[in-house]
Amino acid sequence: MEHYWQEISALTMRWVRRLSREKFSMLFTLVQPMLFWLIFFGNLFQRAADTQVMQAPNYISFLAAGVVVMTVLNNGLAGGVDLLFDKENGFLERLMSTPIHRTSVILSRFIFVMAITSMQVLVILGVSYLFGVHPATGILGVATILLIGMMFGVGLTAISMAMAFSVKSHGDFFSVLGFLSLPMIFLSSALVPLSAMPGWMSFLAQFNPMTWAIDAVRPLILSGWTEALPHVGMVILVMLVFDALCLYGGAKAFRRAMG
Amino acid sequence: MDRTIAIDVNRLCKTYDSHKAVDDLSFQVYAGEIFGLLGPNGAGKSTTLRTLITLLHPTSGTASILGHDTVRDADTVRTLIGYVPQERAIDRFLTGREHLQLLGALYHLSKDEATKRINELLKLVDLENHADRPAKTYSGGMKRKLDIACGLLPNPKILFLDEPTLGLDVQSRLRIWEYVRMLKARGMTVVMTTNYLDEADQLCDRLAIIDGGKIKTLGSPVELKIALGGDIVSLTLKEADRIPSLEIELKGRPAIKSVRTTTKGLDIRVESPEKALPAILDTANRLGCSIEFIQYNRPRLDDVFIAHTGRAITESIPETESAS
Ligand SMILES: Nc1ncnc2c1ncn2[C@@H]1O[C@H](COP(=O)(O)OP(=O)(O)OP(=O)(O)O)[C@@H](O)[C@H]1O
Ligand SMILES: [Mg+2]
Repeated sequence: MEHYWQEISALTMRWVRRLSREKFSMLFTLVQPMLFWLIFFGNLFQRAADTQVMQAPNYISFLAAGVVVMTVLNNGLAGGVDLLFDKENGFLERLMSTPIHRTSVILSRFIFVMAITSMQVLVILGVSYLFGVHPATGILGVATILLIGMMFGVGLTAISMAMAFSVKSHGDFFSVLGFLSLPMIFLSSALVPLSAMPGWMSFLAQFNPMTWAIDAVRPLILSGWTEALPHVGMVILVMLVFDALCLYGGAKAFRRAMG
Repeated sequence: MDRTIAIDVNRLCKTYDSHKAVDDLSFQVYAGEIFGLLGPNGAGKSTTLRTLITLLHPTSGTASILGHDTVRDADTVRTLIGYVPQERAIDRFLTGREHLQLLGALYHLSKDEATKRINELLKLVDLENHADRPAKTYSGGMKRKLDIACGLLPNPKILFLDEPTLGLDVQSRLRIWEYVRMLKARGMTVVMTTNYLDEADQLCDRLAIIDGGKIKTLGSPVELKIALGGDIVSLTLKEADRIPSLEIELKGRPAIKSVRTTTKGLDIRVESPEKALPAILDTANRLGCSIEFIQYNRPRLDDVFIAHTGRAITESIPETESAS
């Protein structure tokens, strides 16, 4: 157990060090591009957005939930990239030839991705706060938003890692990534509510776990506990199933790649 | 000779899809020796090594390291070995020291023990002055040295080196050969792959030539060369008409294995040059043959390689293109 902890903290420290050395990606991590979404589109579509459709005082407050979940999506789907590079340059092999628990590398990656994601979610909520979006459910609501984000993030990171372990080249990885993330965003309630979508779109969006996450996060920000609670309960169920599926697939891919 | 067996490989096979990368390998590595796997690109050297260090599961057959099976006792095996991969497995953003610190934690060393070993190793591979620079600023040779230091950090019983000198300049190669000999002198068992004949010849106590996933021959470099049929002494005679009588006289002498006439003289295969050369010169003198030119060739490992694989190591392997 003590060994396990020693391995995981050393491996997690490595991810932190790498990030701190990559000046450019550090900048992008802090000044999350998602922030631009919030500020830019939030203000741009301010007038176009119909408050009747949004059920929100302004578009920024509507968008906040979507941007939080999109951040989780992006971080999660990109979570396996560093493992992909480790696999390609042989570093992973070096790590796996040491007497570490077979899950340590993966677990360290989960911890790191979840920590970074939480930080970004907090930054986004903080910036929204400056724009006058005050979460209706308070600190407990923010904690619930983080929990939902984590649950969604674990599954996404598992998908990303599964892809990293199964693809032949990193070109493949990034094509699949692009192929996955855009429809996930557009076929969800991130940018417009389901009620404002064409029928076929809102139908497809119902099968998108992202929709469920947003539908729970949004009332936590906008309305309050009475409206949010049923959605929160539901999303936790959905995410448990989603995570179980993703972790199962991830474990399978990992075992295939690592013997 | 009765020696402790460090590695026992028994009918090892590894198949990728339908392609047999390693095909029924059996060999043993003795404790304390430098054992080489020599073969052209794609011969299956790295695959064999990866199986031994528990990263690959054999399709069939077994391998054991100091008595521990690489599949069933993988955890134990991993505590006994050090590995230096073929690719420079370096994290560009970490410094040399951070690489070693990370591995120190993965081998569960205490902080003090790790610091002590890391300083020793940095000195050993001559990276002390560069230890705190990110590895992306290292030259190829420095990266290789760091790689080797990483492999040595656990103070392994057996060190696995996959093409340790690939792409290095002559000086760095000689340095690495020196390290490897020094490790052997300290009692370490070293298993290395190479596709350099001179490296195998000079460094390895014993080697296996593998090609197409199979062992073609195995032995010490000297044994392998002798097995080819010994050294060759080529004589050029002043008077060509004396050739037949000299041939008859030389045939069947103790140190001489075979005699073959060439256009201007004789090619004589000899067992040991110390005994054969005086005998040849004596006989020629006695018969009054005056020798114009005498040349003595040891078979090189190249000849061994060609004899067993049917081609030179530099020629590319006729591999069927696999769809990717
Ligand atoms: N992951 C893999 N998937 C499919 N085929 C593989 C894989 N790894 C190796 N091979 C194939 O197995 C064979 C042996 O490869 P291996 O890497 O062991 O050769 P090698 O002797 O180390 O060659 P080199 O000198 O180029 O390093 C090759 O034909 C290679 O194409
Ligand atoms: Mg190789």
